[in-house]
Amino acid sequence: MHLDHSHDGPRAVSADARRPDGSRRALRIGLGGPVGSGKTATVAALCRALREELSLAVVTNDIYTREDADFLLREAVLPPERIAAVETGACPHTAIRDDISANLEAVEDLEDEVGPLDLILVESGGDNLTATFSKGLVDAQIFVIDVAGGDDIPRKGGPGVTTADLLVVNKTDLAPYVGSDLARMAADAKAQRAELPVVLQSLRSESGVREVAAWVRARLAAWTA
Amino acid sequence: MSRAALLVLADGRFPAGGHAHSGGAEAAVKAGRITGAASLETFCRGRLHTAGLVAASLAAAAVLGADPAELDAAADARTPSPALRVAARKLGRQLTRAARATWPSDELDALARRFPKGAHQPVVLGLVARAAALEPVDAAHCAAYESVSGPASATVRLLSLDPFDATGVLARLAPDVDRVADQAVEAARRAIDEGVDALPAGSAPLLEIGAEAHAAWAVRLFAS
Ligand SMILES: Nc1nc2c(ncn2[C@@H]2O[C@H](COP(=O)(O)OP(=O)(O)O)[C@@H](O)[C@H]2O)c(=O)[nH]1
Ligand SMILES: [Mg+2]
Repeated sequence: MHLDHSHDGPRAVSADARRPDGSRRALRIGLGGPVGSGKTATVAALCRALREELSLAVVTNDIYTREDADFLLREAVLPPERIAAVETGACPHTAIRDDISANLEAVEDLEDEVGPLDLILVESGGDNLTATFSKGLVDAQIFVIDVAGGDDIPRKGGPGVTTADLLVVNKTDLAPYVGSDLARMAADAKAQRAELPVVLQSLRSESGVREVAAWVRARLAAWTA
Repeated sequence: MSRAALLVLADGRFPAGGHAHSGGAEAAVKAGRITGAASLETFCRGRLHTAGLVAASLAAAAVLGADPAELDAAADARTPSPALRVAARKLGRQLTRAARATWPSDELDALARRFPKGAHQPVVLGLVARAAALEPVDAAHCAAYESVSGPASATVRLLSLDPFDATGVLARLAPDVDRVADQAVEAARRAIDEGVDALPAGSAPLLEIGAEAHAAWAVRLFAS
């Protein structure tokens, strides 16, 4: 059968910054981290903080339900057509790293159907500390851990803690109750991550997701510059 | 043909979305029809000789140059369950994407334009095999093997089945897979002469019914 060596048609898009029609695609930011650390809550808070100023959409990757998508719908953080759920076949890290095709379909469909979009947040199904997003799927990733998961997680490192573009240590309001030492978590994170930023936040506090939202705005400014 | 290209395409890690689908195994496990290695083997043999043969024939016919739109309609006609049609098109779209990046070709670009939401996966598989300079029998082997390897690896996750037992099932089915691939190529050649109606139309009613039930579950591990 034939083998086409002279092919010069458009590339199949994944990481390409331009869509087939030449327009700039949305910035894609992944949120990963262990189950229950506050990824969905952070996504919801980011939507509330940014939806007036940006055209936004969310892709969730649930492990075996549509729970995250349903939560975002119930909370009405965005209109329903801006929230898409990807089914991950018992392997959430595969869908965001080794085989990103279903997620790419979801982000493209969102851009086609409700675009143009400035920003798409892709939440991973909660996974272990080694789960990271492929660069073919997202432009930047946030790794969310919480103080209740043990204050030795930053010290233990792992790809998420060490290499994510932003590390969020969430639920600082709970630190006194679970005996987590925030100063130690911050110092360990700094040691693991050198210059990469770390935010300690409590979504229950007045400032909430403010610092993370500012980081997202800065990424977006760099993306559209 | 390049034997290594065949290995690339047949590799379960080829990033085309298959990992999220159980090939009907999740529904069969829940219904108590797959409980271990022996019943997995029976399930896989049934799927291979029905849905597997149909898929392999469609793929081989696509390599032989049959019209993709006619093949896609033939696949629809052989897939009573709407949920399975949706799954097949999703997987076809994902395979199209992965293949356009791995074996760029005008035919795959044309396919993506004609079916922006995806053609049936076996049809795409045949066109991908063409783009990779593979033969009809190679595409048929891929389709036939996928029809059993998908349920086998899903069952490892669903039942915590010993992975060696699941792989043993696949090895025991290998002669059947070879036979089905040969039958598929024969049927595909007939279809080139006589039209797509000559393609096999075997079906497994429980796979179709199970897929419809599965699509309505609120909690499931696999997309199909
Ligand atoms: N106390 C406290 N609870 C939080 C905070 N952020 C999230 N939660 C709660 O933690 C639980 C898990 O959050 P969720 O966002 O669903 O976690 P995910 O699995 O990472 O998506 C929910 O009950 C949230 O309301 C926080 O900053 N402080
Ligand atoms: Mg969540």
